[in-house]
Amino acid sequence: MIRIANAQLWVHDQDEALAFYTRKLGMEVRIDVTVPEMGDFRWLAVGPPGQPDVSIVLMAIPGPPVMDDATTDQVRDLMGKGFAGTVFLTTEDCLATYKELTGRGVEFVEEPDQRPYGLDSAFRDPSGNHIRLTQVQPYSPS
Amino acid sequence: MKGIADDTADMASVPAVRHLMRAKDLADARYFEPLTVSDLAKAAGLSRAHFSQEFRRAFGETPHAYLLTRRLERAASLLRMTDRSVAEVCMAVGWQSIGSFTTSFTRTYGMAPTAYRTAFPPASHHALIPACVLRAYGRPQHRTFREDATAARP
Repeated sequence: MIRIANAQLWVHDQDEALAFYTRKLGMEVRIDVTVPEMGDFRWLAVGPPGQPDVSIVLMAIPGPPVMDDATTDQVRDLMGKGFAGTVFLTTEDCLATYKELTGRGVEFVEEPDQRPYGLDSAFRDPSGNHIRLTQVQPYSPS
Repeated sequence: MKGIADDTADMASVPAVRHLMRAKDLADARYFEPLTVSDLAKAAGLSRAHFSQEFRRAFGETPHAYLLTRRLERAASLLRMTDRSVAEVCMAVGWQSIGSFTTSFTRTYGMAPTAYRTAFPPASHHALIPACVLRAYGRPQHRTFREDATAARP
C-alpha cells in the first residue's frame, strides 16, 4: 500500500519558515539536521501533532551546482507568486482556527467561506506558499 | 460538591469536558510558551483549584504534570531528531532554566539530556534524505581542470 510520508515546499528562509509552521501554525519539528558534507544542506521537516507519519519538508532553494542561477530565480519567483505548491490543511472548526491564527498574526488571503465541500479559507506562509485551511463538511450542492 | 457543570452553566450547550479539552489543546499547541496552570484554567473557564481537580478527574493526571510531560516528550524528540544544542532544545520547549530542565528530564528519562542524546543514533541517521537530494547536493561544485586549460589553449 502506498502512503504519503513527506511532501516538500520551497521556502526562502528555513528559520523563518520553521518559526511560522511551529509557533504560528502549531506544528511540531519532525527532524532538523544539517549535513556538513553536503554543503550544510539542512533537512527540516514539520508536521501536525497527532499525525506523526506525515510531514512537510521545508526546503531551501539551492544554488549551483544543484540549480543554476536562472533556475533558482525562476523557482524563487514562482514560490513568491504562490505557484510553487499548495498545502491543504483541515480543521474541525475553521472559524475558531481562523481566529486563533489571525490572533497570532497569520494573514489570510481568503476568509472562511462556505463551499459545497465545507468551510474553506486560505493564507500564505512567509515564502508566499498557498496554504488552504478547510473544515470538511458533508457535500451540499448550493 | 460543586461540579464542573456549575462553573460552565453559561456554556451549557457544550459538554463540560470540552472546556477541559480546550486547556489540554492549549498545552499541546503552545507548550513552548511560558504557560502556567493558571493560563490553562483560564482557557477552560474555571478557577485554578477547581480546574486542577476536574482535569485530573477527566484525564488521570494534573494539568501541571500534563504540561510538563508534553514539554519533556517534545524535548526528547528534539534531542533524538535534531542536531540542536541541549540549551536550544530546553528553550524551544518552553523551559526558562537549563538546570530545571536537566533535573526534570533526568528524573523522567533516567539520564541527563546529553546522555539521552548519545544513547541514540545521530539525528542525521533518521533523516529520510532521498537519493535524488543526496545526488544533487553531494555533487561538488565544478572546477576547471588542467586538461580544460590545455584544451582551451590555441
